[in-house]
Amino acid sequence: MPIHVEEVTKVVAEMCMEANYVLGEDILEGYQQALEREESAVAQEVLETLIENAKIAKEEKMPICQDTGMTVIFLELGQDVEIEGGSLTEAINEGVRQGYQEGYLRKSVVADPLERENTGDNTPAIIHTELVPGDKIKLTVAPKGFGSENMSQIKMLKPADGVEGVKEFVLKAVEEAGSNPCPPIVVGVGIGGTFEKAALLAKKALIRPIGLCNQQEELAQLEEELLVKINQLGIGPQGFGGETTALAVNINDYPTHIAGLPVAVNINCHVTRHKECTLG
Amino acid sequence: MEKIQLNTPVTEAEIRELTAGDKIALSGVLYTARDAAHARLVEALETGKQLPMDLEDQGIYYVGPCPAQPGQVIGSAGPTTSYRMDPFAPRLIKEGLRIMIGKGERSQEVIETMKKEGAVYLGAIGGAAALIAQCIKQAEVIAYDDLGTEAIRRLEVEDLPLICVIDSDGNNLYHRD
Repeated sequence: MPIHVEEVTKVVAEMCMEANYVLGEDILEGYQQALEREESAVAQEVLETLIENAKIAKEEKMPICQDTGMTVIFLELGQDVEIEGGSLTEAINEGVRQGYQEGYLRKSVVADPLERENTGDNTPAIIHTELVPGDKIKLTVAPKGFGSENMSQIKMLKPADGVEGVKEFVLKAVEEAGSNPCPPIVVGVGIGGTFEKAALLAKKALIRPIGLCNQQEELAQLEEELLVKINQLGIGPQGFGGETTALAVNINDYPTHIAGLPVAVNINCHVTRHKECTLG
Repeated sequence: MEKIQLNTPVTEAEIRELTAGDKIALSGVLYTARDAAHARLVEALETGKQLPMDLEDQGIYYVGPCPAQPGQVIGSAGPTTSYRMDPFAPRLIKEGLRIMIGKGERSQEVIETMKKEGAVYLGAIGGAAALIAQCIKQAEVIAYDDLGTEAIRRLEVEDLPLICVIDSDGNNLYHRD
């Protein structure tokens, strides 16, 4: 069955709105757990405010955060899919255009990074395409706020730096970010690949629901260890001090070159949003 | 802890009394400005032009709100990260600005200017944007309409929940040790 581009536009528009209005259950659960753990009054108050804010946003159908992000879209394209009706890329961008307009979402994209004139419709989206077997399309819409994006870092470590070097770099990035990225944060880490692959691995780690660990035992342990160490930094919710600087550390890895150990740390705020759907 | 009620315009004495960690309920007029508006305000000052608003004893909220839906005063309106305004803030404080509202760290230069002139940096809860919007009772674009969300708005707020992050003595809630 061919997939019509209009269908793609429609679901992208809906997901842009839904992702911005309704916070995922995983993150809400993370707030609750943090609230039970925190002892400081100010940390508790921040977490209670975030829970209340998410409730208002859902009920009133208004954005959880005013930074409704640059729209990052992961497209898993089945190699046997037949697309009809026009350009798939344009259909996705049209979905973003319609979703941000109809949903009263903020338009935060400038056409030229130096001239900085707003495009007025939040396009273009950042589309990451992966070819997969099958005849379906899976779309994940992940609006990315820039308070946290600006705090992200990448480094080409030496192979000899090893896992200790990775830990040190992740902790340094989170510590330097401090209160800026709206903690409690979600930390996406990409290890391996090439320069750009590491960044993409880190970005994709952010769409894994928190509470689900990496399937490789040693990476799951590394996630746990890093989360404990990050939460010992004491930055706390909003940087006002406390036990919860991060809700989760999600790591993805990939084979790399004999000469390299790329590590990317993509930080997301406490409004870590993503919606997905499959067509076909 | 009791909240301190603060109304704009403020006096230097009121500002000097605030201490890092104080909880504040702010009411009155606030102006919005973020990256692009700050660049234009400082450019106006440097070229001898008049500012679109009088900053004397007033407050600026670093925010780029979402569009208002039908029946709303304003869309979601939480704070943006403040350090990007650091290159411009000292010039505005020298124009009489007493309150800056945002989230995240400030530069030493900003803090030194705050100490000298008598200004405070207040934190709003980043990401609590739907909740904060409910404290905004009026909103009107007064300058730089072409900047869209970054235009300067005149807001009337009621009991906006804030916390004093850096006071006019330079005490900083983010660096408590």
